Amino acid sequence: MSQQTIIHAQGLDLTFQTNDGPVHALKDVSLEINKGDFVSFIGPSGCGKTTFLRCMAGLETPTAGQLTVNGMTPEDARRARAYGYVFQAAGLYPWRTIGGNVKLPLEIMGFSKAEQAERVARVLELVDLAGFEKKFPWQLSGGMQQRASIARALAFDADILLMDEPFGALDEIVRDHLNEQLLQLWARTEKTIGFVTHSIPEAVYLSTKIVVMSPRPGRITDVIESPLPKERPLDIRDSAEFIEIAHRVRDGLRAGHDE
Amino acid sequence: MKSILPVLTIIGAILLLWVLAVIPMNMHLTADQAQRDGLVVSPDTPNARQEYSGFGLTLRNPALITATFVQERPRLPSPHQVAVEMWNTIVLQKISSKRSLVYHGWVTLSATLLGFGIGTSLGILLAVGIVYNRAMDMSVMPWAIASQTIPILALAPMIIVMLGSIGIQGLFPKAIISAYLSFFPVVVGMVKGLRSPDGMQLDLLRTYHASPSQGFWKLRLPASVPYLFASLKIGISASLVGAIVAELPTGARAGFGARMLVGDQYGQPLVTWAALFAAAITAAALVGLFSLLERLTLRRMGMVQA
Repeated sequence: MSQQTIIHAQGLDLTFQTNDGPVHALKDVSLEINKGDFVSFIGPSGCGKTTFLRCMAGLETPTAGQLTVNGMTPEDARRARAYGYVFQAAGLYPWRTIGGNVKLPLEIMGFSKAEQAERVARVLELVDLAGFEKKFPWQLSGGMQQRASIARALAFDADILLMDEPFGALDEIVRDHLNEQLLQLWARTEKTIGFVTHSIPEAVYLSTKIVVMSPRPGRITDVIESPLPKERPLDIRDSAEFIEIAHRVRDGLRAGHDE
Repeated sequence: MKSILPVLTIIGAILLLWVLAVIPMNMHLTADQAQRDGLVVSPDTPNARQEYSGFGLTLRNPALITATFVQERPRLPSPHQVAVEMWNTIVLQKISSKRSLVYHGWVTLSATLLGFGIGTSLGILLAVGIVYNRAMDMSVMPWAIASQTIPILALAPMIIVMLGSIGIQGLFPKAIISAYLSFFPVVVGMVKGLRSPDGMQLDLLRTYHASPSQGFWKLRLPASVPYLFASLKIGISASLVGAIVAELPTGARAGFGARMLVGDQYGQPLVTWAALFAAAITAAALVGLFSLLERLTLRRMGMVQA
């Protein structure tokens, strides 16, 4: 696989002005993400992991530093529809069917009707929701709704998938299942994925690269390149290698906390 | 079906209270009438009877109780008198007759519907302006609120007279008053509805690089539909009240308001009461109609669990 850099961050700073004075959400954050990477961002609340993801998506603007996505500014990358974004809540429109929800970005981006239908069928198949196209969101479980929202983010074939704690609101069993499915999806589509999480096992299980962050000011304390193979059954979580990486992540989190 | 018993119980209780109230309310004039008809009434002069309350007089003349329910011009008509009057003026009269409540109802209803249409359209337009334009947000809302603090009874004659002086008469001035009352709930509901999508849903559209008009048609407008229906149900009843109030101070010859006034001025309480009840039934029917539309629309949109 080529080592093409997709996202390049150099010395990012982001300060929010609030009523209680300035808040340093990000301080001197530098990171490179290569094509096909699965990068997890882990850290306690307020460490800036979501903010960093939003910067990549062009939803927040850094106050200093350099950030390019596909060689463009995040703003331009957004115009070029370079990524799909999955939020913590599925956020499906209740007045649209599952198919209609997946179709939403395609309508906005002006795909032809025939292409819309073809793509909707394809991505619903991809997230294992074929046959649910005509259902309304309230007819689906939380896990299925989140899968539909992933299908929506995949529909327009962006190279980059940014996911902000997409499984945070789901129970552990559903979460394991979705993690497994997400890995399969990633292997099949070869997308570059940025994934924000609170969970150490989730981060270690999914990622090729784990970015450990700590708060006040939000910064990167460790970047771990995972030696785990790309093929990962769920029981890899009992292997010595897995436990060792999890240890390193935990140490990184603790170190960030003690300072 | 389970709720039918409580509903009937409440209706029964209201009717019972009403029937019981008829006796003391009408006792003085019943006694006067009975005396003119040569019956023995105690005490035997109107002035002496004025010393007694309705209850007191009833206790002294229990024989007159049945007569209190059939007075021609009662202070408080009994339920069956109102029902008979409504039957006579709704069913037994030709619809085109000036004595038909259906005719008067249509006069009021047409102004109501026109005013409701104007008010709703205005309300939606103002709400869109308020949501998309900060200057309108700051400037329009206080005036909208202030407009509703003015008693409509004081404002209605002024509007009617002013419009009359520039040659606008009949249906339209009444519709304006209806619109005046009905635009407000629509503004408030629609502003809330158009603003109901949360930050996440707005961010999602940003990641698609959606245009503001796409955001309006695909997200904000559909999200506001449940709020709109809540407003429409308040707005339609306010419209009817507006049309009736507009008929009251202006000597209108037709409409529910005109009937109420005529009944009052010519001492025909039955006419007033029949018009009142017909107006209430009309309002209930309109609200019911919008409830039905709401259910059908939201079910069709998939927003309620069918």
